[in-house]
Amino acid sequence: MIAYSANHPVGDFIRANLPAPLAALANGALSVVVLMVLVVVVAILLVWLERKVCARFQARLGPTRVGPFGLLQPIADSLKLLLKENIKPRAVDTLAYFLAPLLPITGSFLVLAVMPFDHNLQVADPQAGMVYIAAVSGMGILGILIGGWGSNNKYSLLGSMRAGAQLFSYELSMVLCMLLVVMASGTGSLREIVLSQQGTVRDWWIFKLPGAGALAFVLYLISSTAELNRGPLDLSEAESELAGGFHTEYSGMGFSMFFLAEFVNMFASAGLGATFFLGGFLAPQFGIGPLDHILAFIPGFIWFFAKTGALIFMYMWFRWTFPRLRIDHLLSLEWKFLLPVSMANLLLAATLVTLGWILP
Amino acid sequence: MSESMPQGPIQPAPISAAPAVSRTGAPDAVKKSGSLPPGFTLRDVRPDGSHEYFLNMGPQHPSTHGVLKLVVRLDGETVLETVPHLGFIHRAIEKMGENETFIQYMHLTDRMDYLSSHINNLCVCLAIEKAMNIGVPERGEYIRVIVCELQRIQSHLLWWGAFGMDMGAVSAFLYGFIEREKITQLFEELCGARLTMNYFRPGGSNADLPEGFIGKVKTLCEEMKFSLDEFDVLVSQNPIIRERTVGVGLLSKERAISNGCTGPVARASGVNYDVRRNDGYSIYDRFQFDVPLGANGDSFDRYRVRMDEMRQSVRILEQAAAGIPEGQYRSKEKPNYKVPAGSYFAAVETARGLYGTYLVSDNSFKPYRVKSRSPGFSNLSAIDEITRGGKIADLVTVLSTLDLIIPDIDR
Repeated sequence: MIAYSANHPVGDFIRANLPAPLAALANGALSVVVLMVLVVVVAILLVWLERKVCARFQARLGPTRVGPFGLLQPIADSLKLLLKENIKPRAVDTLAYFLAPLLPITGSFLVLAVMPFDHNLQVADPQAGMVYIAAVSGMGILGILIGGWGSNNKYSLLGSMRAGAQLFSYELSMVLCMLLVVMASGTGSLREIVLSQQGTVRDWWIFKLPGAGALAFVLYLISSTAELNRGPLDLSEAESELAGGFHTEYSGMGFSMFFLAEFVNMFASAGLGATFFLGGFLAPQFGIGPLDHILAFIPGFIWFFAKTGALIFMYMWFRWTFPRLRIDHLLSLEWKFLLPVSMANLLLAATLVTLGWILP
Repeated sequence: MSESMPQGPIQPAPISAAPAVSRTGAPDAVKKSGSLPPGFTLRDVRPDGSHEYFLNMGPQHPSTHGVLKLVVRLDGETVLETVPHLGFIHRAIEKMGENETFIQYMHLTDRMDYLSSHINNLCVCLAIEKAMNIGVPERGEYIRVIVCELQRIQSHLLWWGAFGMDMGAVSAFLYGFIEREKITQLFEELCGARLTMNYFRPGGSNADLPEGFIGKVKTLCEEMKFSLDEFDVLVSQNPIIRERTVGVGLLSKERAISNGCTGPVARASGVNYDVRRNDGYSIYDRFQFDVPLGANGDSFDRYRVRMDEMRQSVRILEQAAAGIPEGQYRSKEKPNYKVPAGSYFAAVETARGLYGTYLVSDNSFKPYRVKSRSPGFSNLSAIDEITRGGKIADLVTVLSTLDLIIPDIDR
C-alpha cells in the first residue's frame, strides 16, 4: 500500500505562512469558494448533459445553437431564469415559501463537503462521514415538504406529501446499502472507505463481497434514484399528474434553486455511489503491468469524475426510458421488496465478512 | 353524479350550499370554501380531523389534452368522484353548419375530431351521397379506404405517444411523433394540409392521388410493422406500464353499452362492434381484417386494442394498396349540392369510435339542421364510474386510454 498525503499542497502552504486561526479561516473560506464554483460548474454541465442525453434518447439533437455543441445553452437558460419575476402568490406562507428552495441545495452542498474528490482533495473527513451524509441529505426532503406545504396549492401539497412518504422510505434502503460498505471496510470515513478498495478492480466493494456488493450497488442505484426525485420515481413532480408537484407555484430563482439542487444532488449521489462501490478516486487496476501504470498516471479526481459521470448517465438513462410508478406501487416496492432485500443483504454481507469470504 | 350535472363555463348553475365543514388542521387553500364548484359537497370531517377535498384538474392541465376540466373529489390521493365540465372550446359548429353550404359544412367537421379529419369528412360525404344517390368510382372508394386507414394509424400513433407521456415515459412521445410525421407528410402531399385536412368530396375526392403515393404507402406499411414491434418492446411489455394499466379503470361490457361507448373503448370491454364491419360503408367488406377485442375492459385492454387496430389498419392498407385500380377518382364534379328535402344519417368508424352525421335538408344548398354524434362525448361519460376508488395517477391513465379529443366533445 502506498501512503498518500491527506493534505492538499495549497492548504499546507497557507498553514505554513499564516498564524493558525487565520490559516483555518483562510482554508475554510477557500474550500467553500471552490465548492461553490464546483456546484455551479457541475450544475451547468449536467443541465447540458441532460438535455443532450435526453435528446439523443429521443432521436433529436438537443441544443446546438448557443456556443459549441450548445454548451452555453445552460448559461442562457440560467440568465433567463435570473431575469424572470419571482412570483409570490397571495395565499402562500411567505417564510416557508422562500425558505424551501434554499434547503435542498444546502443539503447537497453539505454532502459535497465530505466527498473525497482525490487523495488530498476533500474539505472535511469526519470519522462518521456516512452518518453525516445520512443526516444532511434529509435537508432536501425538508425543503420539498416545506415548499409544497407553504405554496398553498393542492398540487404542491399532494406532491410534497408524496415526496415525504417516498423520500423517508427510500432513505432507509439507501442507508442500509451504504452501511454494508461501512461494515465491510470497518470505517465511516469516506476517504478511508475509498482507500480500503485499493488494489485491482476486484477490490472494489461492488466485486469484493461476492454477490452482496453487486446487489447492494443495484439497490443503491434504485433507492438513490428515488431519493433524487428523478424519473421513473419522480412522483412528487409528476408533471402529467400534478403539473409540477411541489414546485408548481415557483418561478424564477425559486424554481431554479430546486432545479439546481436536483442536478447537484444527482452529482452528489453518483459521487457517493462511486466512492462506496467503485473505488472513488482510485484508478482502476487490472493486474496488467503497463496498462496499470498508464491508468494510475491519470490523476485521481479525473477517475472520480469519470466514475461519477458514468453513474449520472445511468440515472439519465433510467429517466428517459421508464414510465413513472404509481405512489402505492412505489411504496410497496420499498417496504415489501427493497427494504427486506437490503436487510437480508446486510446480513449476508455480515456473514461473509465474519467468515472471511471476501475476495482476496 | 346525479346531483352534479356537467356545467359549461357559459351558464353557471346556482351554487348549492355546501354543508358547514370545520376544517381544522388543513392548509389555507382548503379552508376557503367559497370556491366549491357547483353541485359539489364535501362530507363531514372524520374523527381524526381529516376530510375530503376537491381539485380542479384543467382546463390548463398537461394530461387533460386540451381544455377539459375535471372537478375531482378526493380523499387523500383516492378519487371519489370525477365530474367533467365541458364547453371551453364550444364553437357551435352545428349551428354554424346551418348557414354554410354542405361542402362548407364539411370543412367544419375536420375541426371537430382533428385527428380524424378525413374520416369525419367522409361521414358528411356519405350522408350527401345517400341523399342524392351519388355513386363513387372504384378508384375513389380505394382512395377513401387508404386515406381513412392512414388517418386511423396517424391518430393512434399520436395517442400512443401521448399515452407514454402521461405515464411519464416522455421519450415514447417523440417516437410516436417520428412515425406519425411520415403519415402527416403523406397527407401534406395529398391535400396540402397537415392537421385539419380536407380531401373527400361527395362522389370521391377533390383530386387524384399524387404520383408515387401508393409506393410510399407500401413502404410505410413495412416501416410501421417494424416500429409497432419496437413500440411493444418499449411500452407494451414494460412491467411498470402493466402494473399501472392492468385492472385500472375497469369498464364492464354492460356499462360500456349503456354509456354509449364505441370504438376501441367499447371493444376493449368486449363489445364486438365496429362500424366498418357491422354497418359496412365504402368498400370495407372487401378487405380481410379482424376487429380486436379486449376481455376485461381495463386500461391495458384499451391500450392493446388500439395497438392491434394499428396492425389491422396496416393489413387493410396493404390489401388496398395492392388492389387499387386505375380510373376515375370522382364520379361527377359539382360546385354545390342541392340536397332533396328529408333527413339523412351516415355513420363511420373514426379512430375514437362511431361518428355520425345527421343532416336535415329543406331542398336547398344549405342544411336545415345538422347534428353530429361524436364518439368522445359518450366515451367521456364513463369516466366517473371507472375512476372511482382509484388514485390520481389512475385518473390520468384512464383519461389517456379513453383517448379524448376535446374539440370533438364540445364541437
